[in-house]
Amino acid sequence: MSYVNPPTPPRKSATFDDATLAEIRRAAATGIYDIRGGGTKRKMPNFDDLLFLGASMSRYPLEGYREKCETNVVLGTRYAKKPIKLKIPITIAGMSFGSLSAPAKEALGRGATLAGTSTTTGDGGMTDEERAHSQTLVYQYLPSRYGMNPRDLRRADAIEVVIGQGAKPGGGGMLLGQKISDRVAEMRTLPKGIDQRSACRHPDWTGPDDLEIKIIELREITDWEKPIYVKVGGARPYYDTALAVKSGADVIVIDGMQGGTAATQDVFIEHVGLPTLACIRPAVKALQDLGMHRKVQLIVSGGIRSGADVAKALALGADAVSIGTAALVALGDNDPQWEEEYRKLGTTAGAYDDWHEGKDPAGITTQDPLLAARLDPISGGRRLANYLAVMTLEAQTIARACGKSHLHNLEPEDICALTLEAAAMAQVPLAGTSWFPGKGTF
Amino acid sequence: MPTFDLSISSLRELNTALHQVEEGNNDIHFDILNPRGHHAVAVGIAAHLTVDIKGSVGYYCAGMNDGADIVIHGSAGPGVAENIMSGTVVVEGDASQYAGATGHGGLLVIRGNASSRCGISMKGLDIVVQGNIGHMSAFMAQAGNLVVLGNAGDALGDSIYEARLFVRGRVESLGSDCVEKEMRAEHHEIVADLLRRAGISNVDTAEFRRYGSARKLYNFHVDNADAY
Repeated sequence: MSYVNPPTPPRKSATFDDATLAEIRRAAATGIYDIRGGGTKRKMPNFDDLLFLGASMSRYPLEGYREKCETNVVLGTRYAKKPIKLKIPITIAGMSFGSLSAPAKEALGRGATLAGTSTTTGDGGMTDEERAHSQTLVYQYLPSRYGMNPRDLRRADAIEVVIGQGAKPGGGGMLLGQKISDRVAEMRTLPKGIDQRSACRHPDWTGPDDLEIKIIELREITDWEKPIYVKVGGARPYYDTALAVKSGADVIVIDGMQGGTAATQDVFIEHVGLPTLACIRPAVKALQDLGMHRKVQLIVSGGIRSGADVAKALALGADAVSIGTAALVALGDNDPQWEEEYRKLGTTAGAYDDWHEGKDPAGITTQDPLLAARLDPISGGRRLANYLAVMTLEAQTIARACGKSHLHNLEPEDICALTLEAAAMAQVPLAGTSWFPGKGTF
Repeated sequence: MPTFDLSISSLRELNTALHQVEEGNNDIHFDILNPRGHHAVAVGIAAHLTVDIKGSVGYYCAGMNDGADIVIHGSAGPGVAENIMSGTVVVEGDASQYAGATGHGGLLVIRGNASSRCGISMKGLDIVVQGNIGHMSAFMAQAGNLVVLGNAGDALGDSIYEARLFVRGRVESLGSDCVEKEMRAEHHEIVADLLRRAGISNVDTAEFRRYGSARKLYNFHVDNADAY
C-alpha cells in the first residue's frame, strides 16, 4: 500500500526569523556591525500599557472648555539665579548640528519658541542660527567638548551635562564622514570627511565626586545664573538620580531606550538600557527619599509621542518631558511624500533610519545643501509648534478629566496598567485590581 | 592691584571680581593669596588680566581662560586650564590629571611634571611640560602642540587626530594609531618658538622626537577592528 505525505506549509524559525537571517547575511557580507539612527524598534512595555481612570463618584472633573488647567513649569529652582520658565512641560531634546542640518536646527528653535518651550544643542556646539531662533536654549556639555567655549556657555539659558543617552547608555557619539562638511569639521576641529567618534566619558572628571566639583566650576564661570541639568541614559535610575542630586544638579534628565540617536550600532540601541516606563518611578523615589522631589526637577524622555504620554509621565512624577524623534517627524522626517526616494534608498517611509549616511530625502538628517534646502525652517517650525500645541491640549484634556487644575497635579493614583509588566514598572495597579507586582501579596 | 585672600574672601567674590573687570580699566593685575587647594580658582576669565596665584590650587584652576595670563606659584589639581581658549597659564609646580583638557587655544606651561591624560582631547592649545607626563596623554588630541622635555608614559597619543607631540625623553609606549614622524624644519621651528614662549633656553630642538597620527583609524575599516 502506497503512502503519500500530506503537504505541510513551510515553517520558519521563531529564533531565526527573516530579520535575523538578513542580519546574519549582511554581517557575513560586510564584516561590520549595522549602524543606524533612531531608538529601539522592539516591542517593549510603554505608555500605551497605561490607562487613566478619569473622574467618577470619588473624583470631580474639571469642565473641559471652561476651567483652567495650567501647563507651565519652572526648571532650575535649586541653585540657579535665573531658572527657566516654560509655558508647557514638553521640551526639545538635544540634537546636534552635524547630525541635523542647519535649517532643521533653526526649525526646532522656531517651533519651540512659538510654543513657549526650550530647545537644546547637541554634540558639536551651538550655531548662531539656533541661538538666534531659540528663545530658551539649553547648551549641552558633552564628553567630546566639540565647539565648547565660554562665550556660548554664557549665552545659553541652561547647561546640560550629558553623561549618557537612552539609545546608548555607556556609549559615545558617532558621526560618519559623509556628514562631516566643512562647517561641521571646523566647529569640531576635525579633518573633513573622517568618521568622528565622540568619547563616552568626560575627559576631565570621573564619578559623582568629581562631577560635583565640575558643576561648581561651570556655575562659577557663569556666575551661578544658569540651571545645570544632568542627563543620563536609562540604566540605574534610582542611583543615577540620587548621585546627580548629590553632584549638585538643578534638573535631572532621564532618557529611556526608546530615545533616539543620530547614529550608533543597532546592537547597542536594541540591547542596552531600560524602557522609559521603567525609569520614572525609581528616579522619583530617589528624589522623594532625598526630600528633593519637585525641588530638583525631573525631565523624562524616550518615546514620548502624544499628550497622553506626556500626562502619563507627569502623573508618574516627572516635571517635564523631552521629545526628539517625534519633533523630527513633526518637521517632516519619514514623510510618505518622499516615498519614491525612500525606495531608492532601499527602505520605506516610516522605516528610514540610515540618518548617518546623510542622504535624508526630507532634508533633516543631512549636511547635503540641496537636500537640506528641502526643509523650510519657518514652516517646519510652525508644524512643530502645532504638534506641541496638540500634545499640550491632549494632556490638559486628560488632566481635566482627572480633576486636575495643573498637569503637575496628575498622580500615580490616576493610572492603572493593562499588563503585569507595565504594572511592575510603573508601580500602578493592574487594571481592575489594587495590586501591582512587588506590592504585598497577590 | 586687587588682592584676594581666599582665607578671608570667598571663591564667589574672587571670580565675580575677575569677571567684572571692564574694558579700559588699567587695574588688571590680581594677586590671589592662600588658595590652599580651592577648586575653580580664576575660572572663566574673559579679559586680558594678569593673575598671580600664590600657592597650590585644586581642580580646574584657570578653566576656560580666555585672554588672561595666569601664574600658579605652586602645584595644580586636576583639569588645570581645561578648555582654555587663549592667554597663558603657567604652573610653577606639578599638575595633576587632565592638564589642559580640551583646550582650544593659548599656552599652558608646567614647570614640573604632569600626571596622566595631559592634553586629553586638546583642540588647538599648546602645552609645554618641563618634566614628565603620565599615561594616556594626548588621548584623542585633535589640534595643537604638546612639548615634553622629560619622558612620556604609556599609550601616548592614543586615537590622536591632528595634534603634534614632541618628546625629548623616553616614550613608554604609543597608543593606537600614534606613530613617530620625521622632525622637519617647520617642526624644529614650532618647538623652538614654544620653548622661547615658555621661557626655556639652552635646549636643542634636535633632542626632540615627533609623534602624530598614522591616520589609519580616520575611517572605519574592518581589518583595523582590533585597534578601535
